[in-house]
Amino acid sequence: MKSLGSIRRDFAPWNDPNAKPYIQFDNVTKKFGDFTAVNNLSLTIFEREFFALLGASGCGKSTLLRMLAGFEEPTAGRILLDGQDLRGIPPYRRPVNMMFQSYALFPHMTVENNIAFGLKQDGMPKPEIAARVAEMLRLVKLEQFAKRKPHQLSGGQRQRVALARSVAKRPKVLLLDEPLGALDKKLREETQFELMDLQQNLGLTFVVVTHDQEEAMTMADRIAIIDKGEVMQVATPAEVYEAPGSRFVAGFVGNVNMFEGKIARGEAGVASIDAGNGITIRTENAGNAAAGAAVTFAIRPEKIKVSSTKPAGAVNAIEGEVYDIAYLGDMTVYHVRLDDGQVVRASTMNAARITEDPLSWNDRAWVSFRPDAGVVLTR
Amino acid sequence: MNVTWSRFNITSIVLGFAFLYLPIVLLIVFSFNESKLVTVWGGFSTKWYVSLFHNQGLMDATWVTARVGVISATVATVLGTLAALTLTRYTRFRGRVLFSGMVFAPLVMPEVITGLSLLLLFVAVGLDRGFLTVTLAHITLTMCFVAVVVQSRLITFDRSLEEAAMDLGAPPVKTFFQITLPVIMPAIVSGWMLAFTLSLDDLVIASFTSGPGATTLPMKIYSQVRLGVTPEINAACTILIAVVAIGVIIASLANKRREVQRQRDEQAAQRG
Repeated sequence: MKSLGSIRRDFAPWNDPNAKPYIQFDNVTKKFGDFTAVNNLSLTIFEREFFALLGASGCGKSTLLRMLAGFEEPTAGRILLDGQDLRGIPPYRRPVNMMFQSYALFPHMTVENNIAFGLKQDGMPKPEIAARVAEMLRLVKLEQFAKRKPHQLSGGQRQRVALARSVAKRPKVLLLDEPLGALDKKLREETQFELMDLQQNLGLTFVVVTHDQEEAMTMADRIAIIDKGEVMQVATPAEVYEAPGSRFVAGFVGNVNMFEGKIARGEAGVASIDAGNGITIRTENAGNAAAGAAVTFAIRPEKIKVSSTKPAGAVNAIEGEVYDIAYLGDMTVYHVRLDDGQVVRASTMNAARITEDPLSWNDRAWVSFRPDAGVVLTR
Repeated sequence: MNVTWSRFNITSIVLGFAFLYLPIVLLIVFSFNESKLVTVWGGFSTKWYVSLFHNQGLMDATWVTARVGVISATVATVLGTLAALTLTRYTRFRGRVLFSGMVFAPLVMPEVITGLSLLLLFVAVGLDRGFLTVTLAHITLTMCFVAVVVQSRLITFDRSLEEAAMDLGAPPVKTFFQITLPVIMPAIVSGWMLAFTLSLDDLVIASFTSGPGATTLPMKIYSQVRLGVTPEINAACTILIAVVAIGVIIASLANKRREVQRQRDEQAAQRG
């Protein structure tokens, strides 16, 4: 069976027309004065989904989260949670909890009191609170830190306290605002997997806001790419990467090479794109773009092969000159300047320790790729 | 660090400290003077301290000052904290600039003017001058100082703490008392101490607004000095200085210990 990207788990309610949406943004607009932070946005999130809102800072993704938590009210449109309109419900009566970017731990309370705070607000009996707090501490492996104050903890430990506090009330939805932003790279990678396990084990719906595409790709079932208050694309990580819906998405997620051109003619499922300067690209992925239409051909660096001679039988092969080489250990990135001046980025996995066909700066080289390797974008 | 104690440095330090502390040292030394003459040294004695406690007028004034100080500082702290909250939280209400200007104007207002205008007000509304009026006047005087201290803390207050509390189910009022207030408490306490100190040493406004039976300690001292400085006054002032100095030292020691403890904790946390 062939599949786009890799499948992590058998969970795809968004493909099921009968699945009931859990969180619905319904034509939501949010304005701050003259500034439109969120512009007529609609979005559907399903129960038990790990959903990521990905975008550059200031794109409106945090505003979406804050509207869901109840700190902001939409200027227009409505937000539904499990069928209930959230308008007018204050944050302290919403069945959602949030983990803040700054963690927002109460500095005058111990770790266990921080975690117990939400439970006390619900008037839960004391023995139950103690049991739940102990369970949460075990969950985030901070049992021996229960009596400490937040300033006596390291950054990673604080992050876990914040997490424990926000899941202690078993909210229907957990909102995470840049949850790993303040951690260093190594800790961030570990914590990503911990978060995924936690979400699986507790069976909660997670909505995470991030500007880090790697983070979103690693953790999320689906990613919404937000730009200027609008949704650019909602799709699984693999779809976002391998089948981006627009030039913006292709350029925003990962590295990409783009060729502007016109569809020349189609033949038996293969279209030719005239990219100018004598470059013709043959692709199987032109969809139903009409002949003569202006399109962008986008191809990821790892799908381009670099060789010193023209590969025999290659459908697409363009000649150029090696301009830059970055050796990263696990892979090598080549920048090849084509004869028309465009620089193509190609990356090769260093699967073997010894390279058969070594290339160096200023060598003549061929970049080649298969007809199904790239995508044709019309937007 | 290379520090050279040049003659110039030593001279400037000696001069500077002399300028600041010589009058106070003199006052303390002469409070232990045996002689009744303030400027003539007649041997060591603590008799003026004893006679001080038998001076009913001074003791009454001290009691009045303490009560005025505690009440006015407490009320001013509540009002000043509310003003600071309003000024930092509601940044867009109509007349905010005017309001903030008016809250802080008494900081730079000559005390004579504050005192005189309060006197006129009390006369106009027919309030008899006494304990109540001087307390009200001190509230007016010290409120803005509290507001400044609390506001500077609130500006750096992380609002997400309050949002987190509300997100976890605490309504706004509960959030204020359980989160906001404890976090800004150190600033409120220092605002209170500042207000209390200001009330303690105020002479000008108290002279305008106080009446018979509500003479504060500074007023009492001042009126006695006009009849000639007695070593008794020196003793009273020395006690005042001691009280203030002990308070300041305790506060700074406590602060320093907390800071050291905090650093140690943070280092422990870093290690794991």
